[in-house]
Amino acid sequence: MILAAEEGGTGILFPIWQEMLIGAIAFGLLCFVLIKFVFPRMEKTFEARVDAIEGGIERAERAQEEANQTLEEYRRKLATAQEEAAAIRDEARATAEASKEEILVSAREEANRIIAAGHAQAEASRQQLIRELRSEVGHLAVDLAGKIIGQRLAGDADTTATVDRFLAEIVDETAETSGAR
Amino acid sequence: MTDSAIVLAEGESHFPPGIHSFDFADWFSGLTGTALAHMFTTITMAVWATVAILIVFFLWAYRKPQIVPTKKQWLAESAYGFIRNTVAIDLMGKKDGVRFAPYLATLFLFIVLMNFWAIVPGVQISPNAHIAFPAMLAVLSWIMYVWVGIKQHGLVKWLKITVVPPGAPAFVLPLLIPIEILQNIILRPVTLALRLFANMFAGHLILLVFILGGFEMLNSSNFFIQGLSVFSFAMGIAMTLFELIVILLQAYVFTLLTGMYIQGSLAEEH
Repeated sequence: MILAAEEGGTGILFPIWQEMLIGAIAFGLLCFVLIKFVFPRMEKTFEARVDAIEGGIERAERAQEEANQTLEEYRRKLATAQEEAAAIRDEARATAEASKEEILVSAREEANRIIAAGHAQAEASRQQLIRELRSEVGHLAVDLAGKIIGQRLAGDADTTATVDRFLAEIVDETAETSGAR
Repeated sequence: MTDSAIVLAEGESHFPPGIHSFDFADWFSGLTGTALAHMFTTITMAVWATVAILIVFFLWAYRKPQIVPTKKQWLAESAYGFIRNTVAIDLMGKKDGVRFAPYLATLFLFIVLMNFWAIVPGVQISPNAHIAFPAMLAVLSWIMYVWVGIKQHGLVKWLKITVVPPGAPAFVLPLLIPIEILQNIILRPVTLALRLFANMFAGHLILLVFILGGFEMLNSSNFFIQGLSVFSFAMGIAMTLFELIVILLQAYVFTLLTGMYIQGSLAEEH
């Protein structure tokens, strides 16, 4: 009270040095502890947090990209497989067409060959038959002519009797040959 | 100065409050008058308590920091992050901001808690109502921004940046340079200290006026005046809430200005 009165109230503007000292020591201690041990760890935690978040986003992005790539690959593979299947189908169709054609051709050839062979055989049989008939008819005609001529030479015998005799001779001959066998 | 302590001890009326209301008696009366006077008072104990609370809280809350913070860790990070992001990084950018954020955050927390004693029941005086503490902090801020400026630019260049306004014509420089010296080098710490001190001083005085006034009216022999004391106490409570705003605001202003001065020292031009 006395001091304050003496200094006319300006005393409050002059710091008490003991208080400044105490304040400096106390604040210095606070600064030392907080700045050395607490806040650097907070900055580290902040950084770790940012890392964790950004790392998470990056990982997610990478996974997304990978998934996209895999999808793309599968799509490509699927497309290739479809193309391949189509190619195989076309080829099979072509092969089938070709073999059908081949089979048809060979069947037709076979048929033609069989028909031709049949024709040839028939022709051969006919030729043979004709040849045999011709020689037989020739013999017969010669025989008949001989018989007819012989009759006339022998003395004007009955034609009818000659033919009958001739026919009977043929029958006898046939029986003889069949009996001789 | 010790008279008021005696007055308090005798339980006499100390209304109206005055400068004597800011004098606190030494706890050990043997120290009075020696070099150790003023070292063990309610004021210095509040300072030590402030430091102890902050150190204990932060070491406890940040014992095992985790990526996903616990509640107490979140509280500690918010206290630091508030000054780090809104003052340090906003003013100085990411790199320098992170460099100076620890000091600025410590400064802010220290002032807030010191101021807070102004409304703690049973203490109701902030150590910052004694100019010694704001002066000490202002001197530290001054040393810091001068040192940062000299380290960043060298003494001559820093003086030129701080004292010579860019773009001023040469003939006004003899007028401008003294003003700039006064403004940027001498008055900055003074205004820093006075602003904080005066706010806390006035806050304490206002609370004293209404609360002591209330008791004074209650002691009156006039029944009508005794009844009116209710309004005085109500004003005391309202002013306490008002003080809370002042406490936070003044701590923020002190920190913000210190940050701006440091930023000015780092920058190429002021």
